[in-house]
Order: sequence, then C-alpha cells, then structure tokens
Amino acid sequence: MAYFLIIISAILVNNIVFTQFLGICPFIGVSKKIDTAIGMGAAVIFVLILSTIVTYLINLLLVKFQLEFLQTIVFILVIAALVQMVEIILKKISPSLYQALGVFLPLITTNCCILGVAILVAQGNYKTFGAEAGLLTGTIFAFATAVGFALALVLFAGIREQLSMVKLPKGMEGSPIALIVAGLLAIAFMGFSGIV
Amino acid sequence: MNNLKIFLNGLIKENPIFVMLLGMCPTLGTTTSAINGMGMGLATTFVLICSNVVIAALKNLIPDKVHIPVYIVIIATFVTIIQMCIEAYMPALYESLGLFIPLIVVNCIVLGRAEAFAAKNNVWSSFLDGAGSGLGFTFALTLLGLVRELLGTGKAFSLTLFPENYGILIFVLAPGAFLALGYLIAIFNKLNTKQ
Amino acid sequence: MKRLESNLLNMVLVLTISALFAAGALAGVYMLTEEPIRLAKENKKQEALKVVLPEFTCLSEPEIVNDLVVVKAYNNDEFVGAAVESSAVGFSGEIKLIVGFDAEGKIVNYSVLEQYETPGLGTKIVDWFKTDKNRQNICGLNPSQVNFTVDKDGGDIDAITASTISSRAFLAAVQAAYQAYTNNPDYVDSYSGASAQADALPCDTDSLQTTLPDSINKNF
Repeated sequence: MAYFLIIISAILVNNIVFTQFLGICPFIGVSKKIDTAIGMGAAVIFVLILSTIVTYLINLLLVKFQLEFLQTIVFILVIAALVQMVEIILKKISPSLYQALGVFLPLITTNCCILGVAILVAQGNYKTFGAEAGLLTGTIFAFATAVGFALALVLFAGIREQLSMVKLPKGMEGSPIALIVAGLLAIAFMGFSGIV
Repeated sequence: MNNLKIFLNGLIKENPIFVMLLGMCPTLGTTTSAINGMGMGLATTFVLICSNVVIAALKNLIPDKVHIPVYIVIIATFVTIIQMCIEAYMPALYESLGLFIPLIVVNCIVLGRAEAFAAKNNVWSSFLDGAGSGLGFTFALTLLGLVRELLGTGKAFSLTLFPENYGILIFVLAPGAFLALGYLIAIFNKLNTKQ
Repeated sequence: MKRLESNLLNMVLVLTISALFAAGALAGVYMLTEEPIRLAKENKKQEALKVVLPEFTCLSEPEIVNDLVVVKAYNNDEFVGAAVESSAVGFSGEIKLIVGFDAEGKIVNYSVLEQYETPGLGTKIVDWFKTDKNRQNICGLNPSQVNFTVDKDGGDIDAITASTISSRAFLAAVQAAYQAYTNNPDYVDSYSGASAQADALPCDTDSLQTTLPDSINKNF
C-alpha cells in the first residue's frame, strides 16, 4: 500500500518538475514536439532507475568508510559513466532504439533530476508513507519520479505544439510564453495537493 | 575580444538565464527570497571562477578523449568545497538552498563555460569569463528572488515593505516561479530589442 | 605547449592524478570544516530547545512516553519542564511539532518542525497559536485547565479562520504532547497536589546534553 502511495505522490502530488524544480532545462529545451518529448521521457525513466540503484549501493560503501563528503563527486562520475555505458550497449543491442533516442542520451548526464533523485534516495529524504527507506522503496520512488517527469514533459510538449501556431507579442515568443504556460500547469498540479 | 568585453558578455549579452536559458533548476528552486537567490548565485560564481581558472591552466595537460570526466572531477571538487564551507559557516543559507548546492555540478552553465571558453583561452580571460557569467547569473537570481519576495510577501531582503496580507501568495510558491521568470524574460527581451 | 596526446598511458595517468588530487583536496577541506559543521548543528539544536523551554542548564536523555519523545530540562538540578515532540495528521500531511511545558504543566512555547498545510491558510499554525489575540494564544495555558479544542467543537481556543482542519490537528498534537508530559515520572501535578518521586537527577553540570532524538536531529 505504501508503494502505491509513493507512486501517486511522486507522479502527481509532488511532481518533480512542477513542485521540486528538478529537470527544468530539458523540460524547456526538449519539449517543442511531442515525439522528442516522449523520447526524452523514456530515456530519463531508463537512466534514472539504473542510476538510482547503482548510486544507492555505492553510497552504502561511502557511508561504511565515512567518506560521505565524496558523495557529490562519486555520484556524478557514476552517472556520467552509466550514461556512456548505456549509450554503448544500446548501440550494440538495439540500434533502432539508439537512433530514436538520438542526442538525448548524452544530454541526460546534466539533467538535474538524475543527480537530484540519486541524492534524495541515498539520504532517504523523501516521503515513504511508512515503508522502510531502502533500495526497493528508493527504486520505486525513482521510477515514479521519472514517470512524473515524462508526464510533465509530454503534457507540456502537447501545449507547445499548439502554441507555435498562435500569434504572440514579439517579446513573449519562445521561452517567456513557455514559462507562463508551465506556471499554469504548475497551478493545475497544485490541485493534487492533499490527496496523499 | 578584449577583456572588458569578455566580462560584460557574460553579464548582459549572453546572460545565462535571461538569454541562454541555462541553469534553470536552481533559478526556479532557490529564488523564494532575494537573499537565497543571491546566496545561490554567489556560490555558483565561486565554482565558475575556480573551475574556469583551473581548467584554463591545465588545458594542455588533459588529453582530449578524457576531457569531460576530468572537467567533471574538477567542477565537482569545487562544488563539494563550497558545500562544506556553506554548511560550516552559513547554516541558515545551507538550510534554504538544500539540495541545490550539490546540484551546481550539473548546472549547464558551469560545464558550458568550461567547454566553450576555458578550454580554449588563457587563465586571466577565463577568470573574467567565469566572473562575468557568474555575476550575470547572480544578478538574474537576485532580481527574480526580489520580485518574488516583494510580490509574494511584501518583504525585500527580509525588510517588510508592506504587510504580508496584501502579498500575492502564489509568487512564493512553485507556479509563481515560472510566471515571474517568464515575465522577466519577456521584459528583458523587449529591452534588448529596443536598443 | 601542445595538448597532451590521447594515448592510453596519458589518459589513465591524468584521470588517476586528477582523482587523487580531488580526493586529497576534499579530504583536506573536510577536516577543516568538520568541527564548525558539528558546532553549527549543535547550536541549532540548543537554540531550538531554548525557544520552547524555560531556562535550563541541562537536559535529560530523550525518553519515550506514550510513543512520543520527551526531553526533560533541569535548571541546576531542579526540574523546570520538558519538551515533547508530537504529531498529528493535518489537512495535507503530517504536522510535527515540539511543545515545551513548564513544571506546572503550562505551555511555554511551541515550534512547528514539519508541516505540509495549505500555504497562507494551514501554514499559519506556525505562529497563529502564539499570537496574543482573542483566544488563540496557547502559551501560558495549561491543557488540564483549559479545553484544548477549537471553538467549533465547543473548546476554548480560536481556530485559524478557514483552516479548521489544520487547527484541529495542531491542537490534537498539543494534547497528545501534554498526555505524554503528565505521564513522565518527574511531573508534579500542582492542581491536585500529588507528587511523583524525586528521581536521581541526571544533571551533569559540565555537559549540556548533546545526543538529542533523531527526529530533532533531522529537522535541525
């Protein structure tokens, strides 16, 4: 039951883009068309789950040797290495998927939400609704967060596609109107607060 | 490009937030007040300057194939250093910035300036470039923080200007960050095209 | 000077050296800042307890009473009060707070540690119940003498306008804290005159208790 609550909380109530402000750069940069948004969303889900598991395990080692101050540097190197590895493996196993994801894969390294979620899970700093903050709970949280990110991205892309056909004042074109739309989406998501 | 131009470039023409839209996450996440925005901006400026200088100094010693991981190691080191210093000497700021301090390492601005500038220029120019972009970032963050704090709570830098009851609450909440930034960029664009 | 060539030896060498340098630099700064960080955390905890308790010179080990964490305070070996951590489910999540009672059971002050209430409405619990207006100030009141429920439920405390649920939860948490407080062995019920035994006082005059409950640690 707690897992179900964690999922609902991470996707809707505490959506990573609209309430925690992680993953904004790709959110604004990659959301001009729905297919690219879906591609990026899928890539993020994949990498986020993988990196959360690996960084959580490595963090256990860091804590054991009292080397917590190396957390930032170790995590980001692990994430960079993972992304590189995923790229190579994907190229070999499924060239079509690799083509579909294209340039998004390397971009994910600088996506704040990957490092952000890795740190949150390693420190147990998320609502667990009674479940123990271990590897399984953390992975479920990471999965749900990534789905929330993908959801936000696709929704936003849908709106932006429509927006590109509308006439706007000169200064508003491009990012300003995108941000204002994002703000309205954020207000909409605020409606979910209090559910869990 | 002469050195003054390099410095001003980061500040205005290629302002990381208003023009290039890099480093959005901390921009929206840490600007609930002017002081928080300024603190975040200055921490990032520190990392920008240090990493730019070190990378420019060592650029010939770093083989091309491994330059990304080495840059990341250098940047992450400075981020961790500033993180420990803030936690030790400014605990209140550490509380309010929270998760966003370690996230400086994935701030696109830092790696971006390192790749685009420090890897190809000398130490002094890289220092100025880092300082310029950093201060441009700080300026944008402080401005956004000030707008949100003023409209949302009636305070500026924690000094009450008008009673909190008249504040528009949404500006200190999540959606307000998007709205405020959107309008600020629109105004900035308008001013830029007018000149 | 031409850039170093990307052969295997150079790459491995540079990566290893930079990793070592980084680790070394970080270890150095870590050792420098370890003490100030510890002191800053300590200070914060002490400050937090000082806000909700009357003047004290030392604190007891945290005890669990009624499933809540109680920390007793002594001023030169005299029991002056205790701080209790309590929680209740509010409108959008758990409200966690710490209440300080004096030796007679009156509330000294409270601090909201964690809350997820509606901004501008439920979030007012942070200072509404400390403001001296109408009947909303709970500081100085004794929950055994005053009806600690909202006026809507027939109680004596004014709820936050339009935030009855948050107010109810807040007061429920305070009541639970009071129950835990009165269940601890050093409490003297001045109303009924019944007194508890004088326990062997744990006051060690040169150390201010430094191991505080984990939840206070996490929130401070």
